[in-house]
Amino acid sequence: MSEIKQVYLDNNATCMVSPGVRDAMLPFFGELYGNPSSMHNFGGQVAVHVKAAREKVAALLNVSPDEIVFTSCGTESDNHAIRGVLEANSEKRHIVTTKVEHPAVLNVYRFLAKKKGYRVTELEVSKKGDLDLDQLREALTPDTAILSVMAANNETGTLFPIDEIGAIAREKGVIFHTDAVQAVGKIPLDLKKIQCDLLSLSGHKLHTPKGIGALYIRKGTRISPFMIGGHQENGRRAGTENVPYVVALGKACEEAMNDIFDENNRVRKLRDKLEQGLLSVIKQAHINGNPRWRLPNTTNIGFEAVEGEAILLHLSAAGIAASSGSACTSGSLEPSHVLMAMQTPFSYAHGSVRFSLSKFTTEEEIDYTLKVVPPVIQKLREMSPFYDPNK
Amino acid sequence: MWDYTKSVMDHFSNPRNVGKIENANGVGEVGSLACGDALKLYLKINPASGKIEDARFQTFGCASAIASASALTEMVKGMSLEEAMKITNDDIARFLGGLPEQKMHCSVMGKEALEAAIANFKGEKVEEHQDAQVVCKCFWVDEEKIRHQIREHKLTTVEEVTHYTKAGGGCGGCIPDIKRILDEEAGKAAEPKEPPAMTNLQRIKLVTSTIETKIAPMLRNDGGDIELIDVDGVDVYVKLRGACAGCPGARATLHNIVQETLRAEVDRKITIIEVK
Repeated sequence: MSEIKQVYLDNNATCMVSPGVRDAMLPFFGELYGNPSSMHNFGGQVAVHVKAAREKVAALLNVSPDEIVFTSCGTESDNHAIRGVLEANSEKRHIVTTKVEHPAVLNVYRFLAKKKGYRVTELEVSKKGDLDLDQLREALTPDTAILSVMAANNETGTLFPIDEIGAIAREKGVIFHTDAVQAVGKIPLDLKKIQCDLLSLSGHKLHTPKGIGALYIRKGTRISPFMIGGHQENGRRAGTENVPYVVALGKACEEAMNDIFDENNRVRKLRDKLEQGLLSVIKQAHINGNPRWRLPNTTNIGFEAVEGEAILLHLSAAGIAASSGSACTSGSLEPSHVLMAMQTPFSYAHGSVRFSLSKFTTEEEIDYTLKVVPPVIQKLREMSPFYDPNK
Repeated sequence: MWDYTKSVMDHFSNPRNVGKIENANGVGEVGSLACGDALKLYLKINPASGKIEDARFQTFGCASAIASASALTEMVKGMSLEEAMKITNDDIARFLGGLPEQKMHCSVMGKEALEAAIANFKGEKVEEHQDAQVVCKCFWVDEEKIRHQIREHKLTTVEEVTHYTKAGGGCGGCIPDIKRILDEEAGKAAEPKEPPAMTNLQRIKLVTSTIETKIAPMLRNDGGDIELIDVDGVDVYVKLRGACAGCPGARATLHNIVQETLRAEVDRKITIIEVK
């Protein structure tokens, strides 16, 4: 094997802070320390940057800046959207979501079902991870307070048709929330065309440091504030703004707007090269998710007869970072809820590995990965009682 | 990332004694693909001396499963059967400088494969799990194994039982059973209450309220739900909804949660019939 490199292919978990974002933040750890709410120049000169950041986030989604609320992370955005809507629409007791949502959504709903008696419908997905829109339409009733459907799945990259889903929700008069943490910046999202009422996004999937997110709230949406206190964020999310990180998110959204073409062309080609390269050399391997409707940066491959944690640790020893939906890596004993909802066979559910690229991924890194992965799978298969090379 | 010891990482990266022994006379196989880990242990035992001359393994599993199997083969080579039979899962873990608690079941798997291989050599039949004894239907763990681990490691919580046996780590349907076994082992077995004789009407009312107040909230916990369709004497017809419908553990859910709760609360003779 050639010399060990560091190859980061776990960008759906978190990604590198872009140098442009880091530079944009630095003055706010120095002379620009004012409170944007203050009535003096220390604050005023900072408020300008908060305003500009809000405009950049809004521009990426094609919405109005006053529809953007800064939060501390994607999970806060999801919690704010869900609990805020339920509180403001307390006469309604039904919720519709999918079985494959991120825990930041799914566990909130399961908590509400358990502790607050809400009726929650979790929509099933097909073996490719797709939703049945007729089923979704039928699930929405006059008692439905909110519909939460993610834009892109974090594990498989499978995209849900949130434009069609938004139209159905609008027709049925149900508030529609989408967790777009994985989708923002990777695929174009024009909220003038997509009729969602609430959209969650997270900075650190967009090359900011961890600790910043945003929630889009369409004008007129009935929602209660999440944190109560001062008048920040128009009273919808009190607390002094995390200025350096707000600025970082603005810069990251500006960069994403410029890079989205690269993401959907160069990065997509690299992802396809990696995927095709692995599948052509490694037999008994399968793509998890819908290969036609997918984020351009993600591939999730299930290798038969081997276990994910063992794969990841061997890859890590070779400098490659990826992740797995296998039981052992998550600390639970069952494969991920997403793979289980897709009825992924056990023969490769435990051996599923997600590779997620970013705009910083290079062709050289993909070539290196293509050299490293096949012998790792081979080594583990050679010791597996379930591997039959002649199958 | 798991905090594995250097020894675990060494045995994982460079596992000793991988492969089959073609003329093995003691083979033990435990685990399955569905469970996420499995181990097949091959022993070559000298029938005259009773010494283990060679040990090899094949494994499907995480780093600690591979390391436990590798360690086990290193430990037993050269041992007499009597010595080998004294090996405990703790010995395997100790050989590796320790395992994270959540991974102790990997060492238990090694111990079980060793027992199975020795039983195979001696021509003993390995007892098949009886359906009725299986507590955790996701990982096919029987009551005896749970009791054994509770006693050996002085386990007191469901979580600990899951770390050592995996039982309860899947759909969670058997958690009430694990709690009962823990209570029994702690000598706190609850005295079963003699249910009063009741009329049909009383029974229907009690079934309805038990489902609404006790069973449905448990299922909703996991995104599922239940609908009472009919009560005919002691036969209760129900429909699983939400996450429960189509859950691979649905059969276990019906048995463990619905039937057992109704039997405890209403009538010991109750049988649950699922309406599709």
